[in-house]
Amino acid sequence: MNEIRYIAASGALGAGVDARALDRALALEPHFIASDAGTTDAGPFSLGGGQPAFPREAVKRDLTRVLLASRKAGVPALIGSAGTAGGDPHVDWVLDVAGEIALEHTLSLRTAVIRSEQSKDYLVGLYREGRIRPLDPAPPLDEAVIERSARIVGMMGVEPLQEALEGGADFVLAGRCSDPALYAALPIARGLPAGLAWHAGKVTECGTMACEGGRGGVITATIREHEAIIAPFGEGVRCTPQSIAAHSLYENGDPYLHKECSGTLDLTGSRYEAIDERSVRITGSDFIPSKDYTVKLEGAERIGFQSIMIGGIRDPYIIGRLEQWLAEVEAHIHGAVERVLGLGRHDWTLTTHVYGRNAVMGDLEPDADAIPREVGIVVAATAATQDLATKAAQLSRQPFLHHGVPEWMGGITSFACLHNPAHIDRGAVYRFNLNHVAVPRTKTEMFRTEFVQLGNAT
Amino acid sequence: MTRLAELSSLIRSKNAGPFVLTFDIMFPDEASYLRVKGSGRLNAGHFAELFRLPVGQVRFFECDNARAFKFSIPRPVTQGDLADGDLHGGQQFIPLMDIDIP
Repeated sequence: MNEIRYIAASGALGAGVDARALDRALALEPHFIASDAGTTDAGPFSLGGGQPAFPREAVKRDLTRVLLASRKAGVPALIGSAGTAGGDPHVDWVLDVAGEIALEHTLSLRTAVIRSEQSKDYLVGLYREGRIRPLDPAPPLDEAVIERSARIVGMMGVEPLQEALEGGADFVLAGRCSDPALYAALPIARGLPAGLAWHAGKVTECGTMACEGGRGGVITATIREHEAIIAPFGEGVRCTPQSIAAHSLYENGDPYLHKECSGTLDLTGSRYEAIDERSVRITGSDFIPSKDYTVKLEGAERIGFQSIMIGGIRDPYIIGRLEQWLAEVEAHIHGAVERVLGLGRHDWTLTTHVYGRNAVMGDLEPDADAIPREVGIVVAATAATQDLATKAAQLSRQPFLHHGVPEWMGGITSFACLHNPAHIDRGAVYRFNLNHVAVPRTKTEMFRTEFVQLGNAT
Repeated sequence: MTRLAELSSLIRSKNAGPFVLTFDIMFPDEASYLRVKGSGRLNAGHFAELFRLPVGQVRFFECDNARAFKFSIPRPVTQGDLADGDLHGGQQFIPLMDIDIP
């Protein structure tokens, strides 16, 4: 029977791999073991700053478990969206970790490294040909946005992964990659139905998050002609039709339609049935190929550098007129920064987050008018250099500290600073600046695969 | 009347990428799901009113096979931008808890 079995070792390389469950799951005789390592959920800093969101030690621990299990089973290991954002520095960082593991454990790994960071010249070329299209909603795009980006990656589909596997890779280390593509690549290459392969990938890419019951564990899938079987291994961990159905709509704007490079996964007709107390059968999932091959772009640009100050207010007179008091304080700060540093309102940004009022929900907060007992305030100064941001934060302290209210006569100290010094330098801050797809001229031109040998050659 | 929070097993919000917020409402059994669905109290208009958004921004889905409802909206502030106070979007669902279901 034509079928592909695999183990999803973790939902995020670095967040933990259950070594015992992974070892037990090898009884499935998988065709590959994989783990996603990236997400935009960590925020724009990782992509913009070229840094991973997990410590090296955590990624090394998890990758060691994945690589050792894959060698024990004699099947390929795949890691997608290396180093959180999947840019070139992130791929290099994980490649270095993998090289170290290979030497320490005397592994010999024919490694396919697939890069997905995009050059600005290439993207400007696509833009001029009308080959970059906005998704909904999308920030405005022009050539200047591309030019000022710190880094842009393209999210690969199954095709570069399939080529790497066909090339005989023991280990596929991919840059930014569609999470389910990591799992759908081999089943689709073997002619199994794309709808079931993509759907299984979607369900398993977060590891055992699609399960209920215990913590930890690993999740596995078996893709066949007419069904995909999802089954976890681990203490007390089980899949139910409800848990799998619920996870199918997690973190997606549309619960039924999921856009990938080569088409759309359609879950409208998906059915979920329990096979036993821990396994679920999926049937009826469809994949609709698209006319154009599109690659999702993720970009981040540096907004500036930031310094923050954290403090609180308990005085009911200030809290009772907080809106006006804050506006007055902010006006004082803008004046001081203009006089001392020569920065006008458009040269830097002052942001205040008022905890206890609406810091968490912002404009969506329905109860912003409720009067709290105390408020916490995070004041953020963002400017073109760290030096200016630090100085703007320093200049913010006095206005917050001593701005009065009519009820009190004489000098007051109105703001309870949490720290000394009151400000904290945060370094560079970034924003996501693209929600677009590229329409490349060929399916493979945005991704670059290189085979390298890790560990000692056999 | 029963609060939605008491009928559901999970109400959550989350980023669906950096530009979209999505809200899921799940149920412990078919009866609770069908009671809420039948009440008609969950719809794009009511959501827009609760969160003070134009109704055209709200997408609403009834997912029978997952016993779930889903709302999706454009993120009011892009994830991680200067004014964003919820990087992962996980704490935006609270107004849904108090919806009264007959």
